[in-house]
Order: sequence, then structure tokens, then C-alpha cells
Amino acid sequence: MRAVGAEEVAPTSHPWEIQADGLVVRVGGRRGRNAVNELTLRLGRGVHGLLGPNGAGKTTLIRTLATVQKPSAGSLSLLGTPLGRATGLRPLRRRLGYLPQHFGYYKRFTVREFVEYLAWLKEMPPEAIPGAVQRALEKVGLADRADDRLKTLSGGMVRRAGIAQAIVNDPEVLLLDEPTVGLDPAQRLSFRELVAELGQQACVLISTHLVEDVAAACTDVVLVSEGSLVFQGTPAELAAAGTTDHVGDSPIERGYTALLSAGPGRSGW
Amino acid sequence: MTAHHPGEQLLRQYVRGDDVPADQLWAVEAHLESCAPCRGRLAPDPIAEQVWADLAPVLDRTPQMPPARSWLRHVSHWVSPVAGPWLAMILLVTAVAVALDQAGSVARGQISLVLLVAPVLPVLGVAASWGRAMDPAHELTAATPRAGLPLVFRRTVAVLAVVVPGLLVASQLTGASLTQWMLPCLAFTTCTLALGGLIGITRAAITLIAGWAAGIVLPTIALSRTSVALDVAATPVWAAVLAAGLIVIAVRFRTQSRSS
Repeated sequence: MRAVGAEEVAPTSHPWEIQADGLVVRVGGRRGRNAVNELTLRLGRGVHGLLGPNGAGKTTLIRTLATVQKPSAGSLSLLGTPLGRATGLRPLRRRLGYLPQHFGYYKRFTVREFVEYLAWLKEMPPEAIPGAVQRALEKVGLADRADDRLKTLSGGMVRRAGIAQAIVNDPEVLLLDEPTVGLDPAQRLSFRELVAELGQQACVLISTHLVEDVAAACTDVVLVSEGSLVFQGTPAELAAAGTTDHVGDSPIERGYTALLSAGPGRSGW
Repeated sequence: MTAHHPGEQLLRQYVRGDDVPADQLWAVEAHLESCAPCRGRLAPDPIAEQVWADLAPVLDRTPQMPPARSWLRHVSHWVSPVAGPWLAMILLVTAVAVALDQAGSVARGQISLVLLVAPVLPVLGVAASWGRAMDPAHELTAATPRAGLPLVFRRTVAVLAVVVPGLLVASQLTGASLTQWMLPCLAFTTCTLALGGLIGITRAAITLIAGWAAGIVLPTIALSRTSVALDVAATPVWAAVLAAGLIVIAVRFRTQSRSS
């Protein structure tokens, strides 16, 4: 049985898991550009799909939320902890889960060793690690390959190992950057089920450019373009924004093109 | 509390977790909180207690999950998983320096290669242990609570645990005195960490190695004479550099741990 700490049963004192106000993230040094530009965003529990064209700033936004990239201006609070002044970063990071878009791994590690190593890096109590690792591997369907070296796995399995390390510490904010790349259709379906289950306890933000992932798995859609928020609402509201005149195979795709062609600043959103 | 104790049947339903109406459930629960005799009626079955008593000590000893290779776990808590080849290279460089010194092939034995490479070796090791360029999983690691100084410290200790014994053997073989290489070696390590906090470990390492090569190694080889910086008389200077580096790290560590 898992021991329940005082932190877990304490009532939440923050209205939003993720709260960004006028967030600006500059990348590329002095002559760089604002990958995230004046973004204001509020995300609570649930599964949020982060949509946007290539170069919209999705990855930069996720890296900033994962505390890897520092914001340049504006304010950002995660789980009620304001970032930027390096206050309480360490306890905050224990409650985050992050899957980068391109994540490297150690080829000689087995799947279990890899997830255990990340659990140790996340400062989980040593006695809780083996059980938590096993649970995470079972959730992503890798329990039968747990003792195989990572270099023997296929791309989809490596990605599932990455999802396992992200959820091993039962994070309250889970950030997944393109998690469905390399997954076959059956794995995508079980991934959606897993995400829906996780979304009941945590704030899950999934960056993707697959619109059908969002329609199937997300309770909420965040559409960004050129680093700014274009739209936030339910998948149904996104679908309602499109008309048959717009390009796309499904209502959601049509809504997506409709909102993007309106462009940030010019639309009423 | 009034004497309205729950009936035997209601209590049994409560124990079994049956579908008791919410108001009755609350009433039973509130009553149990204040009524010790009724709590006594809830006492677990003697058989269940017996089974539990037999099981509990076994549970503590039974591993819940198949353990991973435990040596790897211990090693990876200290050494960066990608630093293995670098540590091997460091030992190799030490060995080559000793061999060349023994043969007296560098400037007719006037200068000691071991002394020249000693400060650079740990810097290389530290740079290999932490940085986006070296570590494929750096992006994953950087988002974890152990990232930053706590992890860099551990990995630096591991690097020193390889470098210092290697140099100790080397100095025994070549007859260099302990303070002559130990202080520059440690001073460069702390400077890498102190400077790394400002400009990043990799850049700090490149800066220091370039500075050492340009300021000490080149003149030494060009003039075929051991630099004054490696003379025993320079010991206080190295000690001061070491102390300054340690102070910078300590200040940074205090501000970080106070804020977290």
C-alpha cells in the first residue's frame, strides 16, 4: 500500500494548475525572437490539447512550463508557485512530469532502469520507486519488455518508455510534447485512454499537430499561433468555428483552419 | 452520547461496506468515533489478525518488484551515465603523460607533462558529466528536481574519485610533489563549477582549458622550463584560487537552497 503524504491530502490553494499572464519567452540569444509572445493562459485539471502550426511556439511553451526554459517577461505560476525568482523550484519539479519532443536516452539502460533513474532524479522516496516504476510501465503496456535494453526497442516503444518516465511520479502537471509520434493506431487508442484517466487527477497538456488526437482525447483545446493564444475552448467550440468553406476533412480541422486564417489579433478571440 | 448504539445487523453491514443509506452510514460513523465499546464490536476477526501477524514480517523481506542491477543504480546516482568513456580517457591521458615523463622525451625531461595535464583532467570530466552536448537525456534531466548544483556536485565527486587516484599514482611514479598538482587540480575543478553557474559548465570548461593552454602550457613548452605557476612557491596562490571558487559555490548553493 502507498503511504499518503500530508502534501497530497492538503487542499489546493491555487485556482489554476497553470497560470500565465503576458508570458514572453525569447529564444536564440540577443538576436532571437519571441517564441512565446504575450501569452495569457489558464489551465486547470483535465486534458488540454495544444494545437498550432509548426513554429507556433508550442515546444517553447512546453519547455517553459517544464521549467527548462526561463521566461523573459510576464508572470507564470505552476501549482500556485510563481516561477522566475527560482523560489521553490525544487519541490515544484517533484510534481511535474515532462516528455520532450526529442528525448535522448541511455541505450545501455533497460526500460526499468531508465524509468527508475528518472524516478530517482525526481527525488521520489527510494522505497516507493520499484512499485511506481512497475505501475507506470503497466500503464503504458511495457511491463513485458521492462528488462530489455532500450536500444532493442522500436521507436513507438521508446516513446512509451518516455511516457512512463513522465507519469512515474504521479505528476500534478503533465506536459507531453508530441507524445503520439511513432505510435501505431492501436497504441494511440490506448494512449488516449491513459490520458483521459490521468486528466481526472492532473492537468495534462499535450502538444500535437494531429487534430484527431485532440478531438478524441482532449476536454479542452488551446490553439496558438506565432506565440500567442488564438483560441481556447472545447473541441466542439473549435469545430463550430469552421464552415464548409474552410479547408479540412473534419469539422475540427475546418475550425482549426478558420481560426488560424483569421489570425491572432484580427479575430475576436 | 446517548445510548442509541447501532444494531448488530447495521454494524455488520457497515463493516462489510454494504450499501447503507447515507444518513445511517454517517450516524454509525459519528457514533463509532465517540463510543469505544462499539468500536470494540468492530474488532477484526481473530483469524484475520493471525494471518496478518504471520504475513507482516515476510512482507518486509519480500522484494515487491524484481530489482534492477543494483550496481548500476549505485553508480548512476554518482556518475553521469555517459561519462564512462571520458573517465577511461582521463586515466589513459594520465598514463600517457607518465610514460612520456619517464622516457624524458618532452624537452629532455626538463618539464613534467603530468603537472601540465593535472588541472585540465577534472575539468574535462566535469564538462563531460553535465551539458546538453554530452548528455543525450539532458532535456529530461534538466526538468527534474535534482538538476543543477545537486547533480553537478555528485558527478564532480565521481570525476575527482577517478582523477585524483590516477594522478596520485602518476605523481608517485614521476616524483612530483602532492601540492604541486593537487591544488591546481582542485582549484580548476571549483573554478569550473563557480564559473559554470554563470556561463554554463561547458563554456566554463572551454574557457578554463583554453586559458590554461595559452597561459601555461604553451610558454612552458616554448621555453622548455616549468612555469612559475607550477612551482612550489605558487602554492598560496592556488590555495587562494581554490578558496575563492569554494566561496562562490557556497554562496550560490545557499541562495539556491534557501529559495527551494
